[in-house]
Amino acid sequence: MQRAIAAAEHLVPCILARAEAVPGFAADGMLSAQEVFSQQLVTGLSNGMIIALIAIGYTMVYGIIELINFAHGDLCMLGAYFALTAAGALGMEAWSGAGGAAGLVALLVATACFCGALNWSINRLAYRPLRKASKLSLLVSAIGASFVLVNLGLFWGGLPMDAFAGGTSAAAPKSFPALVSALPAAQVGDVVFSRTDLLVLCVTVPLMVGLTVLVRFTRLGKAMRAVAQNPTAAALMGIDVERVIGATFAIGGALGGFATVVYSLCNQTISFQMGYRMGMDAFIAAVLGGIGNLPGAVLGGILIGVTRSMSDQYVEARWTNTVVFGILILILVFRPSGLLGARLREKV
Amino acid sequence: MIRRTAAIVSAISLAAFLAGAAPLAQQGKTLKIVSSLPRTGSANAQTTSMVNGIRMAIEERGGQVDGFAIAYEDMDDASPQKGNWDPQVEAANAKKAIADAEVIGYVGTYNSGAAKVSMPMLNKAGLVMISPGNTHTGLTKPGMGEPNEPAVYRPTGKITYFRVVPADDIQGAVACEFMRTDLGAKKVFVLHDRELYGKGIADVFRKSADASGMQVVGFEGIDPKASNYRSLVTKIRAAGAEAVFFGGTTQTNAAQVLKDLRAGGAKVPFVSPDGTFERAFIEAAGKDNVTKEQGGVYITFGGLPSDQLTGLGADFVKRYKAKHGELPEAYAVYGYEAARVLLDAIDRAEAKDRASVIAAVAATRDFTGALGTWSFDANGDTTNRMMSVNTIENGEFKFVKAVGGAPSKAE
Repeated sequence: MQRAIAAAEHLVPCILARAEAVPGFAADGMLSAQEVFSQQLVTGLSNGMIIALIAIGYTMVYGIIELINFAHGDLCMLGAYFALTAAGALGMEAWSGAGGAAGLVALLVATACFCGALNWSINRLAYRPLRKASKLSLLVSAIGASFVLVNLGLFWGGLPMDAFAGGTSAAAPKSFPALVSALPAAQVGDVVFSRTDLLVLCVTVPLMVGLTVLVRFTRLGKAMRAVAQNPTAAALMGIDVERVIGATFAIGGALGGFATVVYSLCNQTISFQMGYRMGMDAFIAAVLGGIGNLPGAVLGGILIGVTRSMSDQYVEARWTNTVVFGILILILVFRPSGLLGARLREKV
Repeated sequence: MIRRTAAIVSAISLAAFLAGAAPLAQQGKTLKIVSSLPRTGSANAQTTSMVNGIRMAIEERGGQVDGFAIAYEDMDDASPQKGNWDPQVEAANAKKAIADAEVIGYVGTYNSGAAKVSMPMLNKAGLVMISPGNTHTGLTKPGMGEPNEPAVYRPTGKITYFRVVPADDIQGAVACEFMRTDLGAKKVFVLHDRELYGKGIADVFRKSADASGMQVVGFEGIDPKASNYRSLVTKIRAAGAEAVFFGGTTQTNAAQVLKDLRAGGAKVPFVSPDGTFERAFIEAAGKDNVTKEQGGVYITFGGLPSDQLTGLGADFVKRYKAKHGELPEAYAVYGYEAARVLLDAIDRAEAKDRASVIAAVAATRDFTGALGTWSFDANGDTTNRMMSVNTIENGEFKFVKAVGGAPSKAE
């Protein structure tokens, strides 16, 4: 743990170093075919990792209570509004050096806590009372929760704060401060691995490893796996099923919180409608990889990210959604349980 | 029983007929003007300014024309779900205006796509529509849009739609000419948002580029809801583009495209049409991405920006600033002009009914307005051809040059 913190302290200032340090590069049109392919791969992987982190939230909840939590994307959206509010109120754009690095880590953790707590509360208020009801009621409840969150986002964007352009136009997209520059962290020829890409890598990989360790080797992880297999039997063995479900929602939400801050730092624009697209991509990723399966969600997310990039480059941008959904249909026709889905379970 | 029902029905319809027809035929009654603009979403600042312009035009006449009181209703054609204009809401607005017998004129819409929805409805109902913002060519000009345009918007065959802003056939060509001569770009990558307005102007741009010998190295329709366009930026870099043209609006993610271009190191000029000529675009794009050092942003506009207006236009800007404490957005003067030309037509119309007002609007010739002296041509277009190119400096729009010249004569 000590060593991990030391490593983070070294990496974060590297990500944070500002525009002045490294001169920009100009579009010279000299990218070779291999360079174009590699660049698209980098972009696709970077986008895909963010999708994967959100997809884990879907797949965890599905694994444990067989619910497609449609509110998950909108939960991430509210996380982005939370992060913008915090960053705006504290004037984080002006922070630099170690302060900026610490601020960034604090922002990530605070947003994760916010999303985790919110997801836990949604489960407590909207899903837990329906535990004995049919799966369909639960699904409709999730859609309802999604609407509530979207409208909360719309209201939030209208708050009279500088970060929201004074709140004159609640529905307008909001500009997220560029706390991490998009300048190259590494460059091979004309292929650029930007600092935002590095940030994505530094946040997502440890989280995925951490989650795997948690699920495989801890008591809580064991309890989660037991509840996923058979809640009644788990309860008979003395596991507090509701507590485990609550923890699953909190962890899934927290991962979404990390993902949404990284998303906002990379794209620098957030809007109250972004949850729909984030959630849709992540949901497809979860289904593609085999819903309920954690490595499957990661694989699905990366696959979708890379497919989007490659389709933009080699097909045409307007066909990208068609290509993504086409692949999803093909995979589901030949492998109905998804790429890594082991067994076919009753779907909602 | 059947006979009695029939009698009741005919009595009701007679009463409804009398009630509907009576107010328009009498002096001293109220005539109503409605506007339908996207009031929810990022176009809000622009449209608030336009509504202020409309209100000022009505106030100037003391709220009445020829003894008729003028009422005004400000309708919203956007929905919070879309954050942008919504076809269902626009259709509902048109229906409401048609059903209200007091309504004599419809000022709108801001988005060309929205006009597509309400134009045929208002045309059938015989209610005049004057747009302060639509620039899609196919709405009025035969042979310049889709094959069935503009006939599909005019089911009755009569011209009931007019616009006070020049169409995109002029704007697209101006943007291309500016890019070629002033910016010296030889290879351009053209993007559009797949909407009526954005794709329309991108098509015009591509045609002009082909004709002028500029090389179009890519032509792509983007997904306006995508989270980012980083992979497209790589494609643009690989294509060796020296400039990028984006046919679209602030609402269809123009700012995100610009951000990703700059983040991806493509420091080339970014040229976009009037759909991004609003402060919301600068706010969404971020001040650092719009500077000249980053390649520069150039926005064409179907008229002159507020601070370049002369005569009645300059006078309007002065009074607007005095009244509202800030400079009007670019389209405010078009809202003002649309309302003024409508009020002028109501004044000239012999009977104050919908049909006479349509005839009076169509007969507008050499109108002395805030945009100069202009007329409506046979298609319902303004004869004004004045255009401008603007850039952004220190987070504010800055006028670069005027192009297009004096209004052409109506035949």
